[in-house]
Amino acid sequence: MTDTRHLKLRVNDREYERVVETRLTLADFLRHEIGLTGTHVGCEHGVCGACTVLVEGRSCRSCLLLAVQAHGREIRTVEGLAAADGTLSPLQQAFWETHALQCGFCIPGVLMTLTELLAANQTPSEAEIRERITGNICRCTGYQSIIEATLLAAERLRQGREVA
Amino acid sequence: MGAKWLGATVKRKEDPALLTGKGHFVDDIHLPGTLHAAFVRSAHAHARIRGVDTSAARAMPGVHLVLTFADLPQPLRTNSLPLLVPHPAITQGFMPYALASNEASYAGEPLAVVVADSRYIAEDAAALVAVDYEPLPAVCDCVAAIEPVSPVAHANASSNIAAQFTVNHGDCHAAFADAPHVFGERIFLHRGGAFFMECRGIVATHDAVLDAFTIYLSSQGSHRIKRAMLDVLDLHDNQMRVITPDVGGGFGPKGAFYPEYPTIAVSAKLLGRPVKWIEDRHENFLATHQERDQCWDVEIAVDGEAKIRGLRGRLIHDAGAFVPWGIVLPWIAATTVPGPYVLPNYKMDIVVALTNKISTTPVRGAGRPQGVFVMERLMDRVARELELDPAEVRRRNFIMPEQMPYQVGIIFRDGRPVIYDSGDYPASQTKALEAADYAGFAARQAEARRQGRYLGIGISNSVEGTGLGPYEGATVRISETGKVVVYTGATPQGQSHKTTLAQIAADSLGISYEDVTVATADTANIAFGMGSFAARTAVNAGSSVHLAAVAVAEKIRQVAGEMMEVSPGDLELREGFAQVRGVPGLRRSFREIAVKAVGMPGFSMAGGLPPGLENTAYFTPEQSTYANGTHIAEVEVDIETGQVSILRYTVLHDCGRMINPAVVYGQVVGGVAHGVGNALFERLVYDDHAQPLSVNFGDYFLPLATDVPHVDVHHTETPSPLNPLGLKGAGEGGTIAAIAAIIAAVENALSPFGVTIAEAPISPQRIVELLGDAALGRTR
Repeated sequence: MTDTRHLKLRVNDREYERVVETRLTLADFLRHEIGLTGTHVGCEHGVCGACTVLVEGRSCRSCLLLAVQAHGREIRTVEGLAAADGTLSPLQQAFWETHALQCGFCIPGVLMTLTELLAANQTPSEAEIRERITGNICRCTGYQSIIEATLLAAERLRQGREVA
Repeated sequence: MGAKWLGATVKRKEDPALLTGKGHFVDDIHLPGTLHAAFVRSAHAHARIRGVDTSAARAMPGVHLVLTFADLPQPLRTNSLPLLVPHPAITQGFMPYALASNEASYAGEPLAVVVADSRYIAEDAAALVAVDYEPLPAVCDCVAAIEPVSPVAHANASSNIAAQFTVNHGDCHAAFADAPHVFGERIFLHRGGAFFMECRGIVATHDAVLDAFTIYLSSQGSHRIKRAMLDVLDLHDNQMRVITPDVGGGFGPKGAFYPEYPTIAVSAKLLGRPVKWIEDRHENFLATHQERDQCWDVEIAVDGEAKIRGLRGRLIHDAGAFVPWGIVLPWIAATTVPGPYVLPNYKMDIVVALTNKISTTPVRGAGRPQGVFVMERLMDRVARELELDPAEVRRRNFIMPEQMPYQVGIIFRDGRPVIYDSGDYPASQTKALEAADYAGFAARQAEARRQGRYLGIGISNSVEGTGLGPYEGATVRISETGKVVVYTGATPQGQSHKTTLAQIAADSLGISYEDVTVATADTANIAFGMGSFAARTAVNAGSSVHLAAVAVAEKIRQVAGEMMEVSPGDLELREGFAQVRGVPGLRRSFREIAVKAVGMPGFSMAGGLPPGLENTAYFTPEQSTYANGTHIAEVEVDIETGQVSILRYTVLHDCGRMINPAVVYGQVVGGVAHGVGNALFERLVYDDHAQPLSVNFGDYFLPLATDVPHVDVHHTETPSPLNPLGLKGAGEGGTIAAIAAIIAAVENALSPFGVTIAEAPISPQRIVELLGDAALGRTR
């Protein structure tokens, strides 16, 4: 099982080149090869959604994708959500203000899923948000504060105003 | 000092790191030279191990070490894992070894470990380990297990009964003898598991110079893990440091000690390199403790007015293969039954059954949801039989606030009599009924029925022992830079300790909670600790932080008083300074005072005070403090598909004084979600040979965002008289009452069909089965 391949991809606007085993998952590549441990692995069978990243802007289970399948792609992870100066994204800021997280383990995946949602729809209803995050399991919060945070972030995005 | 921060909803100190991917969960720790472990686990629930051939695995390139039981260094071939909570009632206290020797007692029990350059190689090699099994009859069902004809779960067991004991008060025999009404139920409860999102994991290193281990571990209590490690490895106190980094959920089972931990530790020592093991989700289903099965045969005796005369019965508890937490689960379950009601006579015979499944230890609620379920099901039974409103039956039986403190008459698992310290149970139900518009439900139900829809409502009251001892500790220290750090053995898994404990310290020291660093769960920082479980940290650690911070504040005033030649009583603490009251310019900074307090080489200490701005306090509660709550669920059941939708969910929660209302809100809502899973979804299925069939999230359903209702949370704050801040625990109350409320609502919705429910969880398939022919022709 030592079949290897040359891999080149962009993660959070930075280019990476590595020779990797073809069986290496994208999640393990991000976490263990390039040190981006913000993406978490919760089930390794594509149900819990903790490992969700954006590939070309679309949410994707990084535990079900091989790293080599991401060759030439643009990836965004939780480390790439805040601005370069550290300013939190409106969604991250809203999560902080509404206590939308507890242990925080599932949250990177939740943030990526909802970042994708808000990029396409800045007027999501509660039902639409609930439906969208059925692909992300949270054992701590009961989801309620996650929904409150998303509605708050959407409102601020609509108003286009600077976040406090 | 006024309470500026205690009780304030403030943002969490934990969040900036967690929101940006900068948290440090155990698998995020990358030490240079780390090797990776995978375990070989028993394929059978019960088997004799005739041999383990590791030669092919050892030969694989990239493999550094393979250990079976025979290869383990001593004392791991002599010492089994410690039984954390021993009790005289335990007659067969089976405990596992780090690796099974000649008998496997559950599917998934570790038989060997492989350590390799990567996890990928370790798993490849583990697959090459050949185990020669002789399958033995497996014990699966806890009720069948205690029959004399049952096979035994361990070859050298005399039976499958690990323990037997009775919780008893009053005279049930007399109470039942001439009771106007006696109703019996057989209630079967299955509670599933914790299923935290971050599986278990450990990184172990051994320093050959110091002959000492440093262990990073995803746990609920670093100090107890350290003690168990010292015990099983026979080490000195200085040879083990355990650090729990960020933890991705615990809910109970991460508080236990598992065979993988000493195995990984000795692997690191043998190899002289760090060794990491991260549990995968399949292993998590096999080998992390669950809560699972209880079967209750119970009877309730009531008088003509529906007032309880007595309750008696037998509880059979599924322990699994081993008893790492002794008998705490069935004990808590049995002692939670009385709840907020006057129960003059009570007798519960408890049988703890060994089975060939992974052990059962506390999961959020820890037996309490079952105890509440039993009592609340019986309340609804009484209401139905006597044709009374379920709320009215409960109202007639409440312990009244003027009866506080109330002696229930039984002994809790903390060894103390159950004495409810405070709470207003009738008011709790009344407020919850109002918030849920209970009075308007009959009209909503009737209207729905006209449309061919079936609505139901369910009530559940609970009283929860929280803040269990023996203690938690805190050291508050102000360093010579003037910065304030709180050290504690409390071990958070999402409960916001780093925020709430900072809020408590900040009030006494006159600074912002943002200026208090809380360092948790490192055994090098504080001598003793218990960890975070049993809704105990706010009460125990919170009180300790308060006591230590008050003492440090006093010391600041003493030292500053010496420095400024004023009376300590004239000084107030404000924004990092001790200043003379009313004279803002006359002040000394914490930094200056801390430098003075530490002393200078060769100079006498000012005023003969002991050095440093530091105090350590261990709050040791006399007994548990009792939180309470009322849950009201309103559901719709689709009688064609059995689908349950929760339309409305109301909680009235009383956890005493709240440190941070947003944190409590999160605990309650998240707890309800766990209860929704227990009521409707979560079932660990085993076949007749005790082989687990639900081993992934496709087979075992956790509640999703579309399954969990909006939870309407209301609070009453009845301060506990048992600790300085009036605190009670809040971590489990959301779960404890939820199962009973939801099942009651489902039963109520199906009342036109005469369906009664004495089990949980209940699946759509089971609802359709219970409806049977009754629902035919009644669909819309």
